[in-house]
Amino acid sequence: MSRHRNVRGYNYDEDFEDEDLYGQSVEDDYCISPSTAAQFIYSRRDKPSVLTEPLAEEYGHEDAEEPASYFTSNHQLTGVDQARLYSCLDQMREVLAESVPEQVMVEAVLNSKFDVQKALDLVLAQDSKGNTKAETECTVITGKATEGKSRESQSTRIESEVVRKVAKMTVSGKKQSMGFEVPCVVAEENGHGATASQKRPSSEDTSVTSGLVETVSKSALSSQTTQVSEEQSAAPTPVKKSNKMKQQIDVKAELEKRQGGKQLLNLVVIGHVDAGKSTLMGHLLYLLGNVNKRTMHKYEQESKKAGKASFAYAWVLDETGEERERGVTMDVGMTKFETKTKVITLMDAPGHKDFIPNMITGAAQADVAILVVDASRGEFEAGFETGGQTREHGLLVRSLGVTQLAVAVNKMDQVNWQQERFQEITSKLGQFLKQAGFKESDVAYIPTSGLGGENLVTKCESSELTKWYKGKCLLEQIDYFKPPQRSVEKPFRLCVSDVFKDQGSGFCVTGKIEAGYIQVGERLLAMPPNETCTAKGITLHDEPVDWAAAGDHVSLTLTGMDIIKINVGCVFCDPKEPIRVCTRFRARVLIFNIEVPLTKGFPVLLHYQTISEPATIRRLLSVLHKNTGEVTKKKPKFLTKGQNALIELQTQRPVALELYKDFKELGRFMLRYSGSTIAAGVVTEIKE
Amino acid sequence: MKLLRKSIEKDNAGQVTLMPEEPEDMWHAYNLLRPGDSLRASTIRKVQTESATGSVGSNRVRTTLTLCVETIDFDSQACQLRVKGTNIQENEYVKMGAYHTIELEPNRQFTLAKKQWDSVVLERIEQACDPAWSADVAAVVMQEGLAHVCLVTPSMTLTRAKVEVNIPRKRRGSCAQHDRALERFYEQVAQAIQRHINFDVVKCVLVASPGFVREQFCDYMFQQAVKTDNKLLLENRSKFLQVHSSSGHKYALKEALCDPAVANRLSDTKAAGEVKALDDFYKMLQHEPDRAFYGLKHVEKANEAMAIDTLLISDELFRHQDVATRSRYVKLVDSVKENMGTVRIFSSLHVSGEQLGQLTGVAAILRFPVAELSDEEDESSSEED
Repeated sequence: MSRHRNVRGYNYDEDFEDEDLYGQSVEDDYCISPSTAAQFIYSRRDKPSVLTEPLAEEYGHEDAEEPASYFTSNHQLTGVDQARLYSCLDQMREVLAESVPEQVMVEAVLNSKFDVQKALDLVLAQDSKGNTKAETECTVITGKATEGKSRESQSTRIESEVVRKVAKMTVSGKKQSMGFEVPCVVAEENGHGATASQKRPSSEDTSVTSGLVETVSKSALSSQTTQVSEEQSAAPTPVKKSNKMKQQIDVKAELEKRQGGKQLLNLVVIGHVDAGKSTLMGHLLYLLGNVNKRTMHKYEQESKKAGKASFAYAWVLDETGEERERGVTMDVGMTKFETKTKVITLMDAPGHKDFIPNMITGAAQADVAILVVDASRGEFEAGFETGGQTREHGLLVRSLGVTQLAVAVNKMDQVNWQQERFQEITSKLGQFLKQAGFKESDVAYIPTSGLGGENLVTKCESSELTKWYKGKCLLEQIDYFKPPQRSVEKPFRLCVSDVFKDQGSGFCVTGKIEAGYIQVGERLLAMPPNETCTAKGITLHDEPVDWAAAGDHVSLTLTGMDIIKINVGCVFCDPKEPIRVCTRFRARVLIFNIEVPLTKGFPVLLHYQTISEPATIRRLLSVLHKNTGEVTKKKPKFLTKGQNALIELQTQRPVALELYKDFKELGRFMLRYSGSTIAAGVVTEIKE
Repeated sequence: MKLLRKSIEKDNAGQVTLMPEEPEDMWHAYNLLRPGDSLRASTIRKVQTESATGSVGSNRVRTTLTLCVETIDFDSQACQLRVKGTNIQENEYVKMGAYHTIELEPNRQFTLAKKQWDSVVLERIEQACDPAWSADVAAVVMQEGLAHVCLVTPSMTLTRAKVEVNIPRKRRGSCAQHDRALERFYEQVAQAIQRHINFDVVKCVLVASPGFVREQFCDYMFQQAVKTDNKLLLENRSKFLQVHSSSGHKYALKEALCDPAVANRLSDTKAAGEVKALDDFYKMLQHEPDRAFYGLKHVEKANEAMAIDTLLISDELFRHQDVATRSRYVKLVDSVKENMGTVRIFSSLHVSGEQLGQLTGVAAILRFPVAELSDEEDESSSEED
């Protein structure tokens, strides 16, 4: 009978309990045979030590390929140089024997321009670095081990002490005397001592070995990560030149042919809330014929009904019910129009303080900007003083890489087109913009009236203005902007600003192509999810196209990927040359006008391209001199306004980043804290 | 928490008996326990019995065990505390030295014996047993597409739910997708509120967001409540309080708690007090950098000069495994108190405590300026990583 278990009444819960069984040892929890373990469980100790490998350069673009192909393929050396290289190598081998990999030697020789002495110095310096590192690692390990031992003995001591003290405690026990009070203390202690001593060797052993394993794994891990970073930095270099060149010529030629030779320009409209941004641009679009008369008439009627007749033009760009109801732009409105020589992608940014994150995503995609200010008395001042958005927006777009700016001094009709008022505003703004880093020649001031529609598309006819203003109208100024250099040759990058489902299969993402070009049918890699997909279709300004290049604001139809994996802020890139993903990076930042100083551990919101991600300042590395960039103070306690500093940031989730020196467009970011922008920065180093 | 018995001797050794009542008491208990202490509590043990014929039966037995604590696990989401250790008391079922894990249960007393009760621990017990400290607040921090539903208790901020929805942008000529996604998002947040907030306990619900999201959301939620005749929400409508925050991320909760309208209502909560103290520290750093120190070395130096007016310290530091390190912090706290300074022990589960934790965990506002340490001295301390 004993073999028949009572299955029906069996309590399964008990089997799932993970409590220790009576008398069972803790180590017996796994049921794996040693051979299985050897086969499946990864042990770092099995791996040959990696420390002897050369230290990986942190983000150098030196190649880590096979030494054989190294100097033949990558460095196209002339015959003479190659001969010199070989002779240098021979000499170096005599000194170094086989202790240093050939590749390192080659690198050193190339770096030192075929000077044997210098090359040897280089190699040895590198080598000794590696050695000392290995040595310290060793001491660390032994240190750890001894530490572990001492701690163990300490803890056992404590244990015995506790027992002694515990024995003194009294409990008003109700059922038995087995409370804390033990009749024969000595016997108890002895007994415990015995069990402790019995147990001690094994537990001590395990703790020591675990300590060892830990350190070993740590060192292995670190070297592994360096390896990984090495691989990563190595990955972008191999470029299939011949293949690519052919396509490149294609794209460049096509780019010139496209749109009847018209150039593309991304324009963002910024300014304080209620300065009239949406109305100004809405009216401009209407005057250009991009909005048909019937729609405009409808808006006029409806806005009148809602009691907001003056918002009729703003409704062209503010389309959601919420925006129209409140009369405030909340998200970036996007549309396009054409001038004589350009096709403009217009982004109408919100001016309200709370929507600056949205404004940043718009401005991050812009090449040029129009700053709209309200000319009427008191309003300009309100927007310009601290707390107004005129300053903040100005600083933001400059930090995001916009260099050309048109200032639309709006609502001039409300001050009767006074020249004095115009000059007062331009002088005040001019000073500020100069401080912010705009060149005077790149800033133009235009008096306008958004509601009246004056000086927008055609030069104003009202005599009050023509008396003193002979300059351009707004449209002419937009046409006058110089399009920036596009990095078409660089690997493809697109930052997702919107993800949505469209009719048909797959889904759509929109964003600006920051670098490179794309053709229909190409495979793309999305980072950080690290998934590939295929671009099935490309839409530029609502028209399907076969290809698109840097600077275009496109929407891609993608297949072969789940929509859930893609969020706003993901970056699509060339699978061959992926963007790097990290949670920790170093950056050089310029601190804005802030109320509380920045310290270590400060929580900030990182705005990078279209992402806004919470981050903390992990370290303040150094304060730099504003102009020269020299380190003036190492490890500052805190950072205050106007300082230029090197800091290390840690994000909660991984983000895809590029270094500023590699991609100017993709290396910039902003830091915000509790509703105000506290710093602008550029990425200098990606940690992990 | 109820303190049932306390017997501490002159050499600071002794034992206390406590009765946890609320989930939060587990957090307090977590901060009281340290490896090496002995804990006595009632627990359930699975015992195997073998009869003479060799048949094996197992049954669960409730018994009282005394453990020498080895590891302590706290699950902040479920507020459960598990203590593992070896048995140090003869027991009918459990051998001496056998391992056991006690899960502390509410409303069952436990006895904790330490060989060294220090001031910080004793104060913690006092605080935990003070009923005035209980003021529960729920908070929803949101922005378009992201919301955190949090519970703010005196010493904890628990994120109960995080709602993240991708909301398509408005595009020329089609806002339908945007509106639909937004509605779905509000619906999810409303669901999370109903599921995770107990309106019997919670005194008020903060709805914090930038822009108009909070208004829109509240409108939507109560409209839906009227439609579906949801009594729970409608009855508690007055508890909802709309405040401004700059984003929907968790740390923006700090801004919501700072809001004057909220501060009045929550004047007695520890969370609001901590936020204020940290703000004061940053203000001091701005105006008189020589009167605001952080980092253990710097603060200790300031303490030597008897300059500390307010000490901000994270309770994380007192959970340190190493006895020497811990006693260093306790000494610091005691000496600041001796010198008539105030000590604020931050809960590491609050947003402000998290920030302080990042800022080395200890900071001080000084009475008078003290010259800074030279750079070389702290070179080593911040190098480790």
